[in-house]
Amino acid sequence: MADDRDREGTEIAVAEFHKKIKEAFEVFDHESNNTVDVEEEEPTGYIRFEKFLPVMTEVLLERRYRPIPEDILHRAFEVLDPAKRGFLSKEELIKYMTEVGERFSQEEMEEMLSAAIDPESNSIHYKDYITMMVVDEN
Amino acid sequence: MGSGTSTQHHFAFQNAEKAFKAAVLIQRWYRRYMARLEMRRHCTWSIFQSIEYAGQQDQVKLHNFFSYLVDHFTPNNHNERDFLNRMFTEERSPQDSEMENCRDYESIEVPDSYTGPRLSFPLLPDHATALVEAFRVKQRLHARYVLNLLYEARKHLVQLPNINRVSTCYSEEITVCGDLHGQLDDLIFIFYKNGLPSPERAYVFNGDFVDRGKDSVEILMVLFAFMLVYPKEFHLNRGNHEDHMVNLRYGFTKEVMHKYKTHGKKILKLLQDVFCWLPLATLVDEKVLILHGGVSDMTDLEFLAKLDRHKIVSTMRCKTRKEHKKQAEEKGKANQTSSAGTPSPWFLPQSHSLPTSPLRPSTQKAHRAGRSSSVPCGVPLDPKELSHRVRHSVDLELERCRQQAGFPVIKEKEEPLPSASEADPEAEGRREPTQEEWRQVVDILWSDPMAQEGCKANTIRGGGCYFGPNVTERLLQKYNLQFLIRSHECKPEGYEFCHSRKVLTIFSASNYYEVGSNRGAYVKLGPALTPHIVQFQANKATHTLTMRQRISRVGESALRALREKLFAHSSDLLVEFKKHDKDKTGLITLSDWAAAVESVLHLGLPWRMLRPQLVSSLTDNKLEYKSWLKNLAKEQFSHENIQSSLLEALYRNRSNLETIFRIIDSDHSGFISLDEFRQTWKLFSSHMNIDVTDDCICDLARSIDFNKDGHIDINEFLEAFRLVEQSCSKGYASDC
Repeated sequence: MADDRDREGTEIAVAEFHKKIKEAFEVFDHESNNTVDVEEEEPTGYIRFEKFLPVMTEVLLERRYRPIPEDILHRAFEVLDPAKRGFLSKEELIKYMTEVGERFSQEEMEEMLSAAIDPESNSIHYKDYITMMVVDEN
Repeated sequence: MGSGTSTQHHFAFQNAEKAFKAAVLIQRWYRRYMARLEMRRHCTWSIFQSIEYAGQQDQVKLHNFFSYLVDHFTPNNHNERDFLNRMFTEERSPQDSEMENCRDYESIEVPDSYTGPRLSFPLLPDHATALVEAFRVKQRLHARYVLNLLYEARKHLVQLPNINRVSTCYSEEITVCGDLHGQLDDLIFIFYKNGLPSPERAYVFNGDFVDRGKDSVEILMVLFAFMLVYPKEFHLNRGNHEDHMVNLRYGFTKEVMHKYKTHGKKILKLLQDVFCWLPLATLVDEKVLILHGGVSDMTDLEFLAKLDRHKIVSTMRCKTRKEHKKQAEEKGKANQTSSAGTPSPWFLPQSHSLPTSPLRPSTQKAHRAGRSSSVPCGVPLDPKELSHRVRHSVDLELERCRQQAGFPVIKEKEEPLPSASEADPEAEGRREPTQEEWRQVVDILWSDPMAQEGCKANTIRGGGCYFGPNVTERLLQKYNLQFLIRSHECKPEGYEFCHSRKVLTIFSASNYYEVGSNRGAYVKLGPALTPHIVQFQANKATHTLTMRQRISRVGESALRALREKLFAHSSDLLVEFKKHDKDKTGLITLSDWAAAVESVLHLGLPWRMLRPQLVSSLTDNKLEYKSWLKNLAKEQFSHENIQSSLLEALYRNRSNLETIFRIIDSDHSGFISLDEFRQTWKLFSSHMNIDVTDDCICDLARSIDFNKDGHIDINEFLEAFRLVEQSCSKGYASDC
């Protein structure tokens, strides 16, 4: 009995996910042909909806893209700021974001700097920055 | 060497690993945030575009209604005939004798106290430059000079061919600009950044100079002035908004009457004619074709070059020669069985290479326009059905209206009313275009490119087609052209290439939907006609905003518009919600909410994504729909003296009502009588299936007549909406 209800619950969840995924997909499916271009100007590749749907459903079911909690994000910044000053200098931020990890492109770096950097001190006070971004989301 | 070093190495390695992981975390978080932002931007764009196109569809419906009236309403007496005539006095293009009356601007006195620019003809380059400067400091041109300039402009335009041929050997560069829509700041910016027109600097302005923005008059004055000063280098194409019928709805008529109270009517009359004389396209070096909308698979440039463009008064409604004859024959017949006999909605193409019917059955998703809007047109009925139903209901209403509105059954001799077709069919016919002529012009002024191959009716706009890359290719090859430049569609970056860069859309009205919504752009054609795009955004404030802030601002505006639309459909929404609430719990799931809202509004928007901004409180993950609707109403409205049910109908049809007003008020006095309003509203609501009782209509009319003098002042009426809008915008201004 419990199994049945579980299965039903999952089925409903999957159906809901499918609707959500389809909606999101369609926002970017400009030509209504069930494909989304991977690059805007010169489409070199595209994703078909049929392929996208099961992968995304899986991701959502496994909750792989849960939002990253504020405190974890804060700790990540603190790792990069071992002296615990409460901020990173502009150069430090650039170095980490563009040379380490899943590196930022120059464009991405500029966009992040435009909102994150305090022009007077030329640094990013990451606690405030995180708070601001989180508030903005809602 | 030794354990010390390896421990150090170990720590170093661990630290590096930690730093790596931390960086990755931050990067992922940031990218997801940006992705959500991008999503929001797309959604916002969808909202604006779908509402805009829905409005255009509305306009078409409205005109179909009036057209239908004109074709089928047989006036019983001269009162009715007058009423009807007043509604459509501007059907025909004015004859030359009527144009002579416009010379009487010479008799208009300009007072000494006038400090604005003074023009003398022939115009010199300095005059044109001075005009730009005067407008930049917010001066207004006196009506006398406006009329004079329009008169001279008309004289010049009459000599131009339908397809203007331009060569780049005289001027070194040629700049093409797209839609301006009354945004003078953008025009001034373009001249500032690119330079004023001169013999070395040619310009082509590709239509839609007016409507929506607040300085359409000034833009026209500047454009016409430069056209007169540099006739070989300065060129204008007609857009779909260079059309007096479209102007009634989209603000240009209102702007003229507001700025020129005494002479506005004369100015509008002259403008109506000037618009018809604008060339339809410009061809640069026989290689680059510039026109406002696009093309269709039937576009025939030779045909277009030969027709009399002056006969196309408005692309909204056309009484063509063939229609005339059929009317005379079939008037009075009962059921029309062939679609040729009934005046079908004008956007239905007659001779396309299309699958069976352009009106798809409601189960199929209608085609989506351009980048991100998906506006299925509301389930359209089979044209025969619609026509029959409308005719029947209209006949009934006309009967009742006649009695109610107190049209006296005058016992005068029944003069056989000469219907237009009987009077002098030949003469009438000569002044009107054929179906084919009209269709060709509509196609180039209204069409949009699409990614798929083929050519189909543009049901979203209600006119022209969607043309695919093969249509473009065929046309370019047929006429040995390099590429096409068109406008007509707003693009976030101000321009967009498509069809393998064979079609360029250029749009010059920045911040079109809202401050920060989009850039404007213009294109310079260099040697070998290679296009070079320049973008701009004429608002200093937007530069200081981050993308995040820009998107949220535009988003707010879009959501406001959307909430208003939701409110306007409250009754229908309630019905739909109840269907999902069989157990009468008062609650529905969010999934049901999304389905219900889409089925009522037909905007094709991603409702689930927009939900957090539209529905704030949930009970147990479900929505209490009745209180949600009530909250929507509270947001919208503060006027107590109009009932909410009427208000809803008003809101939904606000633009239509305003347009009806302006059509009825053909002398542009700003007043219509209560009776006129009631009659028209009754006819309109029965046509549109709006269920309103007689009492409601009387109440509505009386309550709109705020000062109780038996007349409705258009501004009185719009004041009600303005008050609501003011209170809304005040609420948001502080957040900026």
